[in-house]
Amino acid sequence: MTLRMTTYIIVGLTFAVYIGIAFWARAKSTSDFYVAGKGVHPVLNGMATAADWMSAASFISMAGLIAFMGYDACAYLMGWTGGYVLLAMMLAPYLRKFGKFTVPEFIGDRYYSQSARITAVICLIICSITYVIGQMKGIGVAFSRFLEVDFATGLFCGMGIVFIYAVMGGMKGITYTQIAQYCVLIFAYTVPAIFIAFQLTGNPIPQLALGSHLTDGSGMYLLEKLNKICIDLGFASYTAQKWSTWNVFLLTFSLMVGTAGLPHVIMRFFTVPKVRDARYSTGWALVFISVLYTTAPAVGAMARSNLLHTIQTGPVGSPTGNLLYADRPSWFTNWEKTGLLKWEDKNGDGRIQYYGSNAAFDKKAEAWGWRGNEMVKVDRDIMVLANPEIANLPFWVIALVAAGGIAAALSTAAGLLLAISSSISHDLLKGVFMKGINEKQELMYGRISMTVAIIVAGYLGLHPPGFAAQVVALAFGLAASSIFPVLMMGIFSKTMNRAGAIAGMLTGIGSTLLYIFLYKGWFFIPGTAPLPDNASHWLLGINPQSFGAVGALLNFVVAGLVAKATSSPPEHIQHLVEDIRVPKVAGFAVGH
Amino acid sequence: MTNGEAYWKKNLNLMIVCLIIWFVVSFGFGILLLQPLNNIHLGGYPLGFWFAQQGSMYVFVVLIFVYAAKMTKYDKEFDVEED
Repeated sequence: MTLRMTTYIIVGLTFAVYIGIAFWARAKSTSDFYVAGKGVHPVLNGMATAADWMSAASFISMAGLIAFMGYDACAYLMGWTGGYVLLAMMLAPYLRKFGKFTVPEFIGDRYYSQSARITAVICLIICSITYVIGQMKGIGVAFSRFLEVDFATGLFCGMGIVFIYAVMGGMKGITYTQIAQYCVLIFAYTVPAIFIAFQLTGNPIPQLALGSHLTDGSGMYLLEKLNKICIDLGFASYTAQKWSTWNVFLLTFSLMVGTAGLPHVIMRFFTVPKVRDARYSTGWALVFISVLYTTAPAVGAMARSNLLHTIQTGPVGSPTGNLLYADRPSWFTNWEKTGLLKWEDKNGDGRIQYYGSNAAFDKKAEAWGWRGNEMVKVDRDIMVLANPEIANLPFWVIALVAAGGIAAALSTAAGLLLAISSSISHDLLKGVFMKGINEKQELMYGRISMTVAIIVAGYLGLHPPGFAAQVVALAFGLAASSIFPVLMMGIFSKTMNRAGAIAGMLTGIGSTLLYIFLYKGWFFIPGTAPLPDNASHWLLGINPQSFGAVGALLNFVVAGLVAKATSSPPEHIQHLVEDIRVPKVAGFAVGH
Repeated sequence: MTNGEAYWKKNLNLMIVCLIIWFVVSFGFGILLLQPLNNIHLGGYPLGFWFAQQGSMYVFVVLIFVYAAKMTKYDKEFDVEED
């Protein structure tokens, strides 16, 4: 059987499962549609959250980022997991206790204001739409590559699948589908990693293999040898820090706070039966996420090592130390066809020279007759997908990776679309503009707004306003600077009032948008950026990606000052805050 | 102090302890103290690198479960547990 046939069968089977689940678990009430009837077991909810959280970016791009960034990529690893600690302790249990459907609903009630609710809806829609654009693009890439159709057709297929199970099933369908998707994606991610870890170190557990000795007879540790070859080839040492400590720190912080502020993640904790379950469910979500996130550093390092050793076959600098282009392996040829891997024979010796650049190394390279790095393009995103091919794994493993990538992109897109549609139908229509509608009509509007959201996201996915990474960074920065602070203050401060919350949200989201647009262009339109995007022009050396942390800080400060200058919240709001802080009013208080 | 306030105070103390540990392993060991810790090795891992790319995530998971378990205990102790 060919690789193409195997891929069709495996991807087709997984789709059949997802759609079957959607039919079985279709939503009958608004409660089913928004919060799965609040009946999801915490472990299962944790698994669904993990699938919701891990997008095509986590599955496909992250290990590639780690492979080329080395140590510095820890900002993504710690940032995207550490936020769950904040969620478990500062938001999830209390929001579950509050017991409503959406994040803006909490903000509207806690700050006794429709304007606060509408402001929250706007922040939520901006974050979710920017995030979903990246997902739609990921879906398009994954479908077009593995079904061998063009990008637009791939994107339409993906939109169709999301439409069927998200619109029909609502949260209930999405939750159960996501559980299946988690299983597919984690299996697809770890199987090749285990194979490769075993090949390189004899230890099948990737997390341990990364700290183990190599079995190539050199007697060196994997990371030690990787550092050596990186330095020998003029790259920076793998385990060394390359960015400034300040930016690693700030980016980690922004991503953590952003993670805890993303509405589609927070919403998941409304679906569990009890407050206690919300705490444990966050823990389970992080367990399931960490399986992938602790494997990724091993995948990254092994991929980098395999790539360098494939090309640098002998001693660095010896005339025959580099791979002959004519002898390149088949995965190399395959990826060249996609244009994501490119070679140019700059010195005309028919061999591949792949190396970095620094003052001392450039002189040596010139003396060896090297005329510049000949791997003119090595796209980071191919690493996870190419890994099983590099390691010569069987067809079914490669097909599985395809199914895993698609599962990751679909599950995240569905969760985001639900967050968008619920905030439109529940918060804007039912809550503000069309108060009289009944449950059936609300459900219908929910489905209509989700359909519209899919079409809008698909259109923007076809014409993305910037690189996926920029868009994703914006989504996190926006969530960190707008949603997290008001939720936190709403729970931890009894005196935070309406004016403070609105001023805080507007300051946070406004300053973050402004800072990003200053360096990335107004609304990401190329060429409109007033300032060049490099370290010497950044305010206090802050990378626009990391600005969410500053935006969040401004939000807290402004909200605090405004709240001090205006009247404190009414009595019943202070009781509401006391009420959400405890899972249940104490036994003796209700007098039994 | 009412029962609810006492419970909330316990919750805050526990949360602060957890968040201090959260901060120390990630921002402390993984970022600020990276260089000194990298002189120590854990198998093939420089220790600071291990905290940044592996260890802090394990600690995060443990922290959440410890917090959840302790809070379940407090829920019972203060009689605010859901049925």
